[in-house]
Amino acid sequence: MSHDHSHDDDDHHHHHHHDNHYSDMQARVKALETLLTEKGLIDPVAIDRIVETYETKVGPRNGAHVVAKAWSDPDFTDWLRRDATAAIASLGFTGRQGEHMRAVFNTPETHNLIVCTLCSCYPWAVLGLPPVWYKAPAYRSRAVIDPRGVLAEFGLTLPQETKIRVWDSTAELRYLVIPERPAGSEGMDEAALADLVSRDAMIGTAVVRMPEAGL
Amino acid sequence: MNGPHDLGGQMGFGPVAPEPNEPYFHAEWEKRALGITLSCGAFGAWTIDESRHARENIPPADYLGASYYEIWTRAVDMLLERHGFATAEELRTGHSLEQGRVPKRILKADMVDGVLAKGGPCDRPVDTAPLFAVGDHVRTKNFNPTGHTRLPRYARAKIGVVEAVQGSFVFPDDNAHGRGENPQWVYLVVFEATELWGESGDPNSTVSLDAWESYLIPAVD
Repeated sequence: MSHDHSHDDDDHHHHHHHDNHYSDMQARVKALETLLTEKGLIDPVAIDRIVETYETKVGPRNGAHVVAKAWSDPDFTDWLRRDATAAIASLGFTGRQGEHMRAVFNTPETHNLIVCTLCSCYPWAVLGLPPVWYKAPAYRSRAVIDPRGVLAEFGLTLPQETKIRVWDSTAELRYLVIPERPAGSEGMDEAALADLVSRDAMIGTAVVRMPEAGL
Repeated sequence: MNGPHDLGGQMGFGPVAPEPNEPYFHAEWEKRALGITLSCGAFGAWTIDESRHARENIPPADYLGASYYEIWTRAVDMLLERHGFATAEELRTGHSLEQGRVPKRILKADMVDGVLAKGGPCDRPVDTAPLFAVGDHVRTKNFNPTGHTRLPRYARAKIGVVEAVQGSFVFPDDNAHGRGENPQWVYLVVFEATELWGESGDPNSTVSLDAWESYLIPAVD
């Protein structure tokens, strides 16, 4: 049965329930914003500004810039190892949920994977807001006990001899994975390199690959 | 607390479901919930640790059934009431009924860029030397506090190795409850998966966490 035509009762009810829940939340949050605005406790324009910041300015392109620079500049890589917060700040990426940064480097022997089992800690300053799956129970519960299984669900099957290091973000340190630079990327400049780097590669649920050559 | 948030090692949630080309927000209310949460945090009336603990206190069935922005919204309601900014009646009706507490700071639009760029660093100096050094074997405590803690259940009473001294930071177990920042040294502690999970642990994987000094006791190799 094609997905577009799967309007059997169960499916219908499922979506209906989902929509109701979302409209309940829409009403609830609208009421909260109205109340707080009436009380003069919030500025709705400030909320617009926060949203705009994370939709347009603070996102995974920041992290990709850090990775591309690390691949291109050994001095910067050294700085990232010694003091990731300062090295990343030198590119202009600072602030909320990036106050205390650590960069962890993938190698041929070791793959790094970041999780927050207790809440949703995530390096906002370099990756922006976390995706839903990162905050959801399936990932948070299993990344620590079955990291290879989790990676396989992202389409990443690592050889058993590749060590996996899972980093549970239990304190205020925020982790950025520096993936391995893909073979074939020699000669690419930083901007082109940054375009290769996905958000997931910087969480550790993906690696960086060269785009397949179009023939 | 051993709450619904402490998910490491639990089972039954099914596969991870990454969404291709996931949008930053899935509904307008999620945008407003983010902004309200950050705006109310900017009052300076509660700490990030108290916020986290408010989220952990959502009843388990509700917590596990809620999206993360819903979890945030429920916690903000709780915090606004606890700190006297809004009454339960006001939160229910969505209208102001009485003058509540006045915050130290109200986040206006022209302050947003500066506040987000500054963040809220949590490192604090301490006047003691670190108790543990890189390479030390440590055992995490076996405790079950009813309040906030950042030592997950799966990593209690386990032996690991200190890989780095991360610095000294506000102690969330106290700070979440208004008992002060009481900073402590924080250590990067690495555990073999087999230490955490026994025979089912992946022999070629480790899990590390950042542990405050009072979570740890010396262990003999």
